[in-house]
Parts: sequence; C-alpha cells; structure tokens
Amino acid sequence: MLSRVAESIYWMSRYIERAENLARFVDVTFNLILDQPQNAASQWAPLVFITGDHEYFEEKYGQANQANVIDFLVFDTNYSSSIISCVSQARENARTVREAISSEAWEQINEFYHMIRGASADRQTTQTAPEFFDSIREHSQLFNGILDATLSHASGWHFANLGRLLERADKTSRMLDVKYYTLLPQLQDVGTTLDDLQWSSVLRSVSGFETYRKLFHTINVHRVVEFLVLDRFFPRAVLFCIDAADMSLHAISGSPLNTYQNLAEQRLGRLKSELAYADVQTVINCGLHEFIDDLQSKLNDVAKAINDTFFALRAVGNVQAQAHSHTHTQTQTSASPAQTSAQSQTQSQLS
Amino acid sequence: MSADHTFAGYQTEQFHDELFDLQGHPRPGAKVLVDFINRLPPGTLQERQEAIERALHRMGITFAVYGDESGTEKIFPFDIVPRIVEAFEWNHISAGLKQRIRALNHFINDMYHDQQFIKDGHMPLELVSEAESFRRECIGLKPPKGIWCHITGTDLIRHSDGAVYVLEDNLRCPSGVSYVLQNRLLMKRSFPQAFAESSVRPVFDYPSRLYETLVHLAPEHVNDPQVVVLTPGIYNSAYYEHSFLAQQMGVELVEGRDLAVKDGFVYMRTTDGFKRVDVIYRRIDDNFIDPQVFRPDSMLGVPGLMSVYRNGRVALANAPGTGVADDKAIYAYVPDMIRYYLNEEPILPNVPTYLCNREEDRKYVLANLDKLVVKAANEAGGYGMLIGPHATPEDREEFAHRINAHPRNYIAQPTLSLSRVPTLVNNHFEGRHVDLRPYILYGKDIWVLPGGLTRVALRKGSLVVNSSQGGGSKDTWVLADIPAQAANPNDSLK
Repeated sequence: MLSRVAESIYWMSRYIERAENLARFVDVTFNLILDQPQNAASQWAPLVFITGDHEYFEEKYGQANQANVIDFLVFDTNYSSSIISCVSQARENARTVREAISSEAWEQINEFYHMIRGASADRQTTQTAPEFFDSIREHSQLFNGILDATLSHASGWHFANLGRLLERADKTSRMLDVKYYTLLPQLQDVGTTLDDLQWSSVLRSVSGFETYRKLFHTINVHRVVEFLVLDRFFPRAVLFCIDAADMSLHAISGSPLNTYQNLAEQRLGRLKSELAYADVQTVINCGLHEFIDDLQSKLNDVAKAINDTFFALRAVGNVQAQAHSHTHTQTQTSASPAQTSAQSQTQSQLS
Repeated sequence: MSADHTFAGYQTEQFHDELFDLQGHPRPGAKVLVDFINRLPPGTLQERQEAIERALHRMGITFAVYGDESGTEKIFPFDIVPRIVEAFEWNHISAGLKQRIRALNHFINDMYHDQQFIKDGHMPLELVSEAESFRRECIGLKPPKGIWCHITGTDLIRHSDGAVYVLEDNLRCPSGVSYVLQNRLLMKRSFPQAFAESSVRPVFDYPSRLYETLVHLAPEHVNDPQVVVLTPGIYNSAYYEHSFLAQQMGVELVEGRDLAVKDGFVYMRTTDGFKRVDVIYRRIDDNFIDPQVFRPDSMLGVPGLMSVYRNGRVALANAPGTGVADDKAIYAYVPDMIRYYLNEEPILPNVPTYLCNREEDRKYVLANLDKLVVKAANEAGGYGMLIGPHATPEDREEFAHRINAHPRNYIAQPTLSLSRVPTLVNNHFEGRHVDLRPYILYGKDIWVLPGGLTRVALRKGSLVVNSSQGGGSKDTWVLADIPAQAANPNDSLK
C-alpha cells in the first residue's frame, strides 16, 4: 500500500482513539465529582496535567474549573489535542484515503465530526451532559467496529490497528501516572472509602472496573497497576495493546513473530519483552512514575521507528534493491550499533 | 384545494421543456414520472429532496466555503426532478458524440504530426500555433494505441428550436461523472417504483468501463498492469471525484509525491518499497505533470514522467496536448474536421460561432455585442465570458477593447435559449435552464455512458449552470425503449 495512505490510516485511527480517551477522562471526572462534591474544584486540574500542555492552558484559561477544562479539552480548535481537533484531523486523514477505507467507515467519521461541531455550537448545554461524552465514546467504538467489519484485514487495517493500540497504551499509562501522582500524597486515605472510590473511577474510565473485580475482588493499588499495565487479556491494558500492536506490525511485514526485519519491529518487540517479564513489585519499588516515563519515551521511539520504516519519503536511490535491505541497514546503524544484525536478531528471538 | 405539489399549475412559458410539450402535456417518456409525482401526498417530494441533501452531507460529498473560518461545508445543490431523454433521441446524441470523438482524435494527432488539415487549407496555421493549449513538447508524440482523448465530457445544450447542439468538447480533465453515479444512487432510493416503470438505463458500470479503457493503454508486455489515478490533492475542488473513481475502480489514488521516476520507469512509494506503475489516469493539467518539461514551478507532478511516457513505459490518459482541441476558436472547425477526416456529415451541429480573428466576423461581433455571448478562447468553467444582453455598457466596452487587442483570443456565439426542466422551488415547480454533459470513453472502441450530468441554473432566468456560479445538478434518465407513440423522431427534434 502507498506509504502516504498507510500513514493517513495510522493517524486517522490514532486521532479517533485519542478523542475517545479524552472523553473517558472527562467522563470519569464527572462521576468522581458526583460522589464527592466537596472536592469538585480539585478534580479538574489533573485532567490538564494528563495532556502535558498545562502551560498553554494556564496562559489561555487560567483557573482549572469545569467550564475552562471542558472548553480546553473538548472544543478548543486552536489546541491541536482537543477532542474537536482530534476528530477533525482524523476526518482530514480519512478524507485523503477515502478510497482506501470503506465508505461506511468514512461516513461514520464524517458523522462523528458533525456531531462534535454541532455540540460545539451549543456548548452551554453540552458541558454538563454526560450523554455527550458517552456519545463520543460510542462514535469511536462504532467507527472501530465498522472498520473491523468492513475493511479487509490486510495492511491497511493493520496500520489502523497499530495506530489505535499505540495511542491507547500511551493514554492508559498517562492516566495511571497522573492519578497515581495526585492520589499518592493523601496517604492517610489509603484503604478508605475515598481511596476505593478514586481507584474504581480510574478503572471505570478504561471500562476495566468489572473485569478487575472479577479478577481481584477488592481494590488494591498494586493490583490496579498490575491490571492496567501488565494484564495480557484486558484490551486497554498496556501490555495487551503492545502485544496486539506487535502482531499487526508483523502482519504488515510478513516476518515471523519474535523476529524482526526493521527498526519498528525491533523497538516494539523489545518493549513487549520488557513488559512481559516485568513484575509489579519491582515497578513500584523503582517508582511508578519513572517506569511510566520510560514506557512513554519507548512508545515514542516505536512511533518514530514506524514513521521511518514505513512512511518517511525515501530517496529514489536504489529502486531495484527494494526496501528490505534498505531497512536492514537502518537497523544495523541506528538501533544497535555495537552488534551485527545477526546477533541482535538472535537476541530478539531468545527474549 | 391547492395542487401546488403537483404539476397542475406548471408553465413551460415560451421555452422548450424537457418533460412537457408546448401544450403542457407530459412528453411520452415523462408520463410515468409525472403521474407518479402527481400522486404523491403533499410535501413528500420536498421531504425526499431534503433526505437526499442529508445523505449528501453524511456521505461527505461537500466542498469547503472559501474564506469561512468556521469550517462550514456545502453540498453541491441537487434537484430531485430528473431530466428524461428518450431512447431514439439518445441514439442520435450517442452516434453524434462517437463521430465527433473519432474526428477530434484524428485532428489532435494530425496537429502534432503533419498538420495536413492546415496544409490542405481548412484552418489557418496561427490558430494552432497561437493556441495556449498547444504543447510544442508533444510534437511527434505517438500515444499508446494512437488514442489521445480517452475520457471526454462534452457539453450539449438544447435550443428553443428543439435541436441539440455541442457547446464545448472538454477533452482535458472533464469532471462531474461521480455526481452522475451518486445522483443515481440517491434517486433509486427515493423513487424505486418510478424507476422500474420508466425503464431507465443503468450508469453503474462506468467505473469498470473506465478501468478497461485505462488497462487497454498499458504497455504490451505488462501482464497485470498497475493503474493509478493521479490527483493534485485534497484541496482540489474535484478531489472527491478522484477518490471516488479510484475507489470504484479499486486502484490507488496517488499524488505527485507518491510517484518517482527511476531507471526509465515510474514507481510509487509503498510500505513494501517501490512498485511500478503502468497507466496513469491523471487529473492534473498538462502544464503541471512534469516540471522538467512543462511548468518548472509545479509541485504537483512527477519529474521525468514525460520521458518515460515518450518511451512507451507508462501510459497517460488523457494524452498531454489533447487540450489543443478545447480551444474555442478551434472548436469552430470541428464540423469541418468531421467532413475532412471521416468524410461524413456532422450528426450533432455546433453552436454558430464567430471567430474574432476573421475580419468580417469581428465587425459583426463588435456591432452586436448586446446580442451575443463573447468567450475567451482559452477559458473554461464559465470564466472570461460576456453575456451581451445581460451586460452593462461598460462591460461591453471593456470586451470590445479586449477583442481589438487580441482578436485570436475571442469568439462569440448567439445567446442561446437553453431548454428547461421543472425544478422544485419552495415546494412547487418552476422551469429552470439546463445543459447536459455526457461522458465518452475511447478505449478498444468508443462508448458513451447512457446518462450524463444535467447541470441546472438554479437562479430564476439564469443561463449559467456552472457550480461555481449558482448551478446544481439533476439525475439524467436515458430510457431503454422507444414508447410506441413517440416513434417519429421529427416530432420533438424540429
């Protein structure tokens, strides 16, 4: 498939997932406030921290209250990661590859966009309506379902899956990070109803509360971290996402699982192994925040490697020699300069 | 009781109407539709019209409104009342179009080779040498299978005398066929019964015909040719169509930056490396396809493309240089081309055309600017035009200056009275002027899509059907059978 088309499909899907996660964050905050209205004001600031763009927020909006945060996260067209910007960018990407996705998928993304735009025009009522945030999540889920059911599960679909899962892994970890950070100082609350409530809300925001309950019954911070980061079966857990993304990446290149042919496969495979053999106690002892920081920087490396391997405009150079040997060289030089390619391949097969 | 929602009060006035005769009776082919609409409960048609508009929004068949910061998007206006063309009449039009395309293809080839038409004294040399769309770079070019104009969208109009005339040939990148297909899709959903009873000829096979036309051009030795559609990109007003056609044909939609020339072939950049391309349906003007040969500032094209094309290692549709026959001064010679190259009489007449580089024509034009339509020879899309009867004295003055300064660049035609079709306006019907753009494919043989884009001037009394200037579109129903009572073609043609 055309590199440009693959790139647009990847970003289309990433942006939709980003919009859905933002809606989940807001929704869970609404829920928290309903349960503990006395703390309402302090609940909105973490949402701004999740984005990593609090400087922009402070400059433009000042106080982190409900109206400002929702305006910022949902309707700010000048902020490139707001929900409306994400959906609009997803739609622009979809528009450039309209012929490569199914008509139904395009129509769904188009409807999604018009729904948000309509809400933006009427934001006074929207702001306080949890249904609005439900409907964002539903539109995103519908889009993913349509893509699943109408697009051939060939490379185009795998690029969409890759974009979606990497984005999801990033967002789940980000939310855990911020919640952990904001909840930790209140050590006196550990084990109280309030603590329970806070962590349940984190689980709910990723639709993981019910699954968690079935597995562990009682709320325990270590268990929650283990569940959200290291669970292999829950579809919003980081390891699940990485694992499934890795499968899509191999489906695209056709190389066997647990081997690699290009930089993207190497980086993602290494991250997968790291998580697969991690244990939660070590993670927490070494500092969850540091762990997540490291995880996010590795996810960024993976995204960059995917870009270099599949999307970046290659010089016309050696057309006849094809891409394989080309990316192989890349692996050697930039991934593990000290090793020969054969060595590193063996290693990745072992791990 | 008001019968506004029926055709009861509909007036054809002094115009030729495509659905009603001068006495106000439905034409034979329109009877089923007219009865059907008359039987609909009040408001139903308006509701269906609105449902279609909503569907167009949902399908994202929209264009951005320039200068609107809020991102408002509009659909191309669509009117629910179709235009109907009866079978005998369509056969006449279709035969005329095929004849015309054959002659034009001969002419284009001749202009880039011996110019025999000129040497034999049928046309002055300077008409070609001074045509802006003549490409010196194409002299001596031999396009695959000898075909230059693979895809054409000829503009036809019907005058008040009832005859169908050719207004423009549009041999470069005619757009609009996607609307023909989408309009039909929506109309079938709105009027399933009326469709079945009227025996309307289908248009759905256009994409596969187009694909065959393109594959036909592939270099001989290629087994499974790779066909692509080349678009200038998402900001082009016809982008939707480019993407639609690529999707319907199941081929890649590429931009210039997706392609590269290396070792004498054209390649596209894919996630598995470079892949060879054999046929390019290019929706980019000649001038932009190869900065090494044409405009050096073009960012849309592919450097080196023309040399690969000259060597027969990639095919382009339409062939570069084809636009020379789109020049409006050269258009005037098409009837002569038909006689010269085919030794036949033209089936479809041209609109009478005055060439301002002929002295007596120019004098006539300057003396009658208030009656004529003056057009710049190299413009399309309704631009660079003076509609004499509607123009101010200052505008006419201005055009007189321009004509005297560059007589070669201007032609004039009588103001035509375009035929009308009933159109839904505020829940009742009014006549609106229309033209018709059928699409012709030239591959193994010449094929005319049974249908076409009926463009309608939605403003009352307006004759300008271009979408940029208040035009909309209608579905075009070409009927399959000749209803017995309409068997004599002279009834409606004269």
